[in-house]
Amino acid sequence: MSAYREACESGRFVVSGEIGPPKGTNVQTMLHHIDLLKDQVDGLNVTDNQSSVMRLGSLAVSHEIVSRGGDAIFQMTCRDRNRLALGSDLLSAAFLGIANVLCLTGDHPSVGDHKEAKSVYDFDSVHLIQCARKMNEGHDWAGNDLDGATNFYVGAVVTPEADPLEPQLYKFARKVEGGAQFFQTQAVYDMDHFQRFMEDARTVTEGTEVKLMAGLVVLTSLGMAKYMNRAVPGIMVPDVILEEMGGVPKEEALRKGMEICARHIRFLKENQICDGVHIMAIGKEELIPEILTMAGLAATT
Amino acid sequence: MIIAKKKPIEEIIESLATDKTVFIVGCGECATVTQTGGEKEVAEMKAALEAAGKKVVGVDMVAAGCQELDLKRILRQHKEAAEETEAFLVLSCGAGTQSVREGTQKHVVPGTDSLFLGNIKRAGTYEEKCSLCGKCVLDEYGAICPVTRCAKGLLNGPCGGTNHGKCEVDPEKDCAWVLIHQQLRKEGREDKLARVHPPKDWNVVARPGRVVPAKEEPATEAAGAKKP
Repeated sequence: MSAYREACESGRFVVSGEIGPPKGTNVQTMLHHIDLLKDQVDGLNVTDNQSSVMRLGSLAVSHEIVSRGGDAIFQMTCRDRNRLALGSDLLSAAFLGIANVLCLTGDHPSVGDHKEAKSVYDFDSVHLIQCARKMNEGHDWAGNDLDGATNFYVGAVVTPEADPLEPQLYKFARKVEGGAQFFQTQAVYDMDHFQRFMEDARTVTEGTEVKLMAGLVVLTSLGMAKYMNRAVPGIMVPDVILEEMGGVPKEEALRKGMEICARHIRFLKENQICDGVHIMAIGKEELIPEILTMAGLAATT
Repeated sequence: MIIAKKKPIEEIIESLATDKTVFIVGCGECATVTQTGGEKEVAEMKAALEAAGKKVVGVDMVAAGCQELDLKRILRQHKEAAEETEAFLVLSCGAGTQSVREGTQKHVVPGTDSLFLGNIKRAGTYEEKCSLCGKCVLDEYGAICPVTRCAKGLLNGPCGGTNHGKCEVDPEKDCAWVLIHQQLRKEGREDKLARVHPPKDWNVVARPGRVVPAKEEPATEAAGAKKP
């Protein structure tokens, strides 16, 4: 069983981090981040051409994490591959010892750096979840028998700050029905709102073993917070956090962002709001161990 | 209606670089409505080509560019010009341009870019609502097509890019999933939202599509006698 799955199923508060592969073959910084984090967290997501920007692949990097002794959460989007390629990459992932897969729709190519690319979306995220579950049962999507089944821990995402929220909740329910076993949310900053969202989400997951992890993005400046409010759908940094970020001198903003992140982790854990957190420290991965210490979470392994 | 836009005249002149003589074909249907290949645009194109030093040896409108038989008839009517011309410039959709291809061995050049199958909201405003996927699923979605109107063609709900009811790809466009949701709620058919829809069969129509008249069954079989 994968370390991430084991942590999720143990019932303790789970922590995952995220690795964004580089654009190019210079992997030193990425490998440094992997080595720094692999024993600090229960699992490491690897993004799949994040923001539709062409990068080193998530399959290769997920394998690298596993071979370095960490546990990888292989992100797969439906943007670039049809059902043949997705199924095949799932088998490749199983072959490479990758045990967790996170199924996403994927940003549209028009927001990335290959704007003229043909998008695929042959499957949507619900279909990809179903496909991975079918492969766990020994069948491919078309119903053919596999010579050896997979054994993935299958995850998905949900956006608590989606506006309007109701269609998002319906889709969340379809993902649960489709067989998603864990969820990581889009970044959340409004803990009251997230708490209300979790009440709705728990209604959907009642009677299942589905685990829900809050997504947290570390704020590095007031400008970053404002930018996300303006430009990133599904992320809402409330005024009170903006004031907090704006209330300190610029050079202390990063520390304030770390404090906020640690405070939210502590709040979510102590109040048992969700089952864990997924920390996205975009470009600031070296800060995660300190944030975990600030949050009162010792290394989990 | 096939929605098209005019190609820039520079691009057309470049395509016709080696041709001194041109025959222009317009279309009386979609290209007339979208003002990309009606009589007025054909006349304007004639003037523009002449200004660029081309000799326009003939112009005509076909009732609909996609009618290959009509198109061949028109080319026969213009036999001399059709033989004299080095190139045909077609102000119709890509289908119309290929109808001309069927009727001549000369250089055939498109004068428009075909965009989509569009609904006419009002003169000059068109919206794509159907993408001819081969198996209509509108009943599942309150007669609002997610295959076409969701930028990602998602079949089971919105992506994380829904932004205050608009699409992340183009904030001018409504999120199809918000519209579908509202519509099914209005109709009291939320059960359609609470259902996992399978992925599309993209080979319902083997591309390129082709439909031919069904062969008539022999009388004995038509009477119901099944072969063993």
